Amino acid sequence: MPLIDLANPTRFLTLSGRILPWLSAATLIAFAFGIAQVIGAPDDYQQGATAKIMYIHVPAAWLSMFVWGTMSIAALGTLVWRHPLADVAAKAAAPIGAALTLQCLITGSLWGRPMWGTYWVWDGRLTSVLVLFLMYLGVLALWRTIEEPARAARAVAVLTLVGALNLPIIKFSVDWWSTLHQPSSVLRLGAPAMHSSILVPLLVMGLAFFLLFFTLHLAAMRNEIMRRRVRTLMLMQADAATGH
Amino acid sequence: MDLGPYAAFIIGAYAVAILIVAALIAWVLIDQRRQRQLLSDLEARGIKRRSERSPERHP
Repeated sequence: MPLIDLANPTRFLTLSGRILPWLSAATLIAFAFGIAQVIGAPDDYQQGATAKIMYIHVPAAWLSMFVWGTMSIAALGTLVWRHPLADVAAKAAAPIGAALTLQCLITGSLWGRPMWGTYWVWDGRLTSVLVLFLMYLGVLALWRTIEEPARAARAVAVLTLVGALNLPIIKFSVDWWSTLHQPSSVLRLGAPAMHSSILVPLLVMGLAFFLLFFTLHLAAMRNEIMRRRVRTLMLMQADAATGH
Repeated sequence: MDLGPYAAFIIGAYAVAILIVAALIAWVLIDQRRQRQLLSDLEARGIKRRSERSPERHP
């Protein structure tokens, strides 16, 4: 099947309906395997058991940026090709990205208090992630403000692409500025600076969270397509009632 | 499993993560149910998209 065929909403509903059960099962298995790995993972020699927060904090941090990246690609689809499925993908991703960014901020704060002695510092990494969270809220608010979906999608797409400038700032903030936050340990040039007994559970939990995102995103896209169909039918009903 | 002196922070962080993931799953499932209900209500009233209507017979 050519890739362009998937861009048809009806075909997308059919195909995603077939994929979703398998994706859900894969997500559950990955989480079961990941949690077992986390329970068996050794404590950090400096941080003790507190390092276990990393297994839910770091995947949420990766996804907070990945979801905005996904929304940015969808924004290009909206602005360049004006494809409704790109609008749907962007809209469905935003609440998931916002929730996972919130998870990143709260778990990071709960990790910071025992390790740094404070829940929060206004340094480059923490502040740029907070800005990302506020931008997610801005996108969600913009979707709700403009009633006509295609117009809302274009406004959101512009905001999303502007917001994408924050992604490299988040990534390199720990290298550019002095910060309490540690530099990258996994996604960096050279080998990860982590022992495999800690790295493997982290990667498995990362995979589980990515699968969770793909599952939720696919399901939320299906809901958004149905919402647009409901809207179209209600407009048709209103037109019929007024005799237009 | 001994979580050490900062167990409350570790348990709190996992509780927040579970709550957020559960809220996301609930949001998707509740929304799905609502949209399906609305669509079936509209279709039951005979309101269908043009592509789903049966073709009209022409003499």
